[in-house]
Amino acid sequence: MSRRIRITPPEQKKRGPDQKKRGPRQKKRGPDAAERGIISRSDWRRPSIRRSTRAIHATLLVLLVVAGLGPLLWLLKASITPTQDTLRTPMALFPNGVDWQNLATAWTTIHIDVQFANTVIVAAGAWAVQLIVATTGGFALSVLRPRYGGVVYALVLATLFVPAVVLLVPLYLTILHPPLIGTSLLNTFWAVWLPAGASAFNVVLVKRFFDNLPREIFEAARVDGAGSLRLFWSVVLPMSRPILGVVSVFAIIAAWKDYLWPMLVLTVPAIQPLSVRLPALQQTIELDVYLAALAISTVIPIALFVVFQRFFLRSAGLGGAIKG
Amino acid sequence: MSTLQRSAASGIQTRRSPASWVRRGGLSTLLFMLPLLVIFGVFSWKPIVEAVVMSLQTTNLVTPATFVGLENYIKVFSDPQLGQAVANTLYFAVLALIFGYPVPLVVAVLMSEVKRMRGLYSALAYLPVVVPPVVAVLLWKVFYNADATGPFNTVLSWVGIAPQPWLQSAATAMPSLVLEATWAGAGGTIIIYLAALTSVNPDLYDAAEIDGANIWKKVRHVTLPQLRSVLLVTFILQIIGTAQVFLEPFLFTNGGPANSTSTVLLLIYRYAFQNSLGGNYGAATALSVLLAVFLAAFSLVYFRLTRSWSTE
Repeated sequence: MSRRIRITPPEQKKRGPDQKKRGPRQKKRGPDAAERGIISRSDWRRPSIRRSTRAIHATLLVLLVVAGLGPLLWLLKASITPTQDTLRTPMALFPNGVDWQNLATAWTTIHIDVQFANTVIVAAGAWAVQLIVATTGGFALSVLRPRYGGVVYALVLATLFVPAVVLLVPLYLTILHPPLIGTSLLNTFWAVWLPAGASAFNVVLVKRFFDNLPREIFEAARVDGAGSLRLFWSVVLPMSRPILGVVSVFAIIAAWKDYLWPMLVLTVPAIQPLSVRLPALQQTIELDVYLAALAISTVIPIALFVVFQRFFLRSAGLGGAIKG
Repeated sequence: MSTLQRSAASGIQTRRSPASWVRRGGLSTLLFMLPLLVIFGVFSWKPIVEAVVMSLQTTNLVTPATFVGLENYIKVFSDPQLGQAVANTLYFAVLALIFGYPVPLVVAVLMSEVKRMRGLYSALAYLPVVVPPVVAVLLWKVFYNADATGPFNTVLSWVGIAPQPWLQSAATAMPSLVLEATWAGAGGTIIIYLAALTSVNPDLYDAAEIDGANIWKKVRHVTLPQLRSVLLVTFILQIIGTAQVFLEPFLFTNGGPANSTSTVLLLIYRYAFQNSLGGNYGAATALSVLLAVFLAAFSLVYFRLTRSWSTE
């Protein structure tokens, strides 16, 4: 319980201990001394400050609703509005009624259902490959520690500093002519799944988490005769649920968001995920059905976010580290 | 330290024998390492090396590759489109800094003072980040409809502003892309700043008040300096991100109108995958290596400069 997600991105490492220390200090301040910020309690007693702060917060809330929720609500509305209404009076609320048929047409006739399934398959496969590579690799690097481990880890870290664009062409050619297999992986899901596994960020996260697990437990398991596989499966993995959750969320979001790479290697519509297929649909189908398709594509990520909101926001701070 | 390491250390004398290496778990360790080695080897390390090699070759996938020295680099530099693409990418980066850098900071500082319903504020701010980027771009493309009845133009007409051409004109296309990119990205940065703000030591505010600081002075002299390390990192991450912008120019305008939104990454993509003469992989990798080297050099200089600046 005390060991929550203890993962700090490199540049925030110094911050980690500060955050940890805050808990006890707050308790010392007593229960009524709420966590203070920039505005002090004496500031707060002045009515002018109280009033302007409240006004700012209300304005901020309105702006956030308009900017954050507004476009999505518009999309929802447009997905069940006839095309002509959306074109003529885009900001009006259902001038000529609701057209639920759009959603059904997008799902069955335009076969968004196929793209939807493909997106799930792409995300699931990429998730599995990333999890396998990160956990086995992290286990070998952190717990088993072979002599060449240092070199391997340094090489993994080095890839963090290479922008993804450098890999684009050679990776594409690797997919066309993969070593040993002899047949092109183009237009197979493997072309998306396998490269997703080469995520240095995942390996770093998992290895650091394993580094913080108590060594005594491993040694006790060894003394009890557990081999490496047993140690991995029955000791390390069960202790690693928090980090596996973080890696899973990142993996699934990344797979759902990715565009350029799947567009290059999945050229047949039948196996394309939503992100690749939607831009192509733009020209060929009517606007209302197209907007319905966009709305359907947004539903799952938003639903996941609403359900796992805390988890998302807690690990979002880490997101900054993968953007590079 | 651990018994695992000690057993490895004591095995130095017998290490030469493969049988004892297997008995000591060397083989099973290697098996655990295998997925990482294979995946990184084939899909990361090998392509990185190949990128550098290919930038010195001509390849068309049919005839064997031949070394041509720096010819690809010369070709890239003499391409008249390069100047335009670099200028556009810089323009995007600068606009993204002007729009996108202060907004999350201001919002985060204001939000950090919200006591009730903080979760609602965070969730609303983060919502655009959850929308798949492709959907966001395609949706905004509908918003940017340049007709007088387009969604944004309708809203503008409410406040008496004439319809804007948005993506249709070379002058407004790039700012339109940046506006969407800011909308899509601000939430993530806001959450990072919020996390950093909660770790500001409250004693510092107490101390500033004893010295008679008002709210603005506390923000200026306590909050912002405390955020400095995070601000430095988000700045360089934003530069690295915007230098590789692809999705917005590709899906919104495909580089147009009149090449006003063609970026470096779009140029790389065109060299490699949209070439009527077959992929010019040499030029594409040469340009991507140049971009990577530039970003690495920029980051290095940036961290060198800011390190001396922050330890003053």
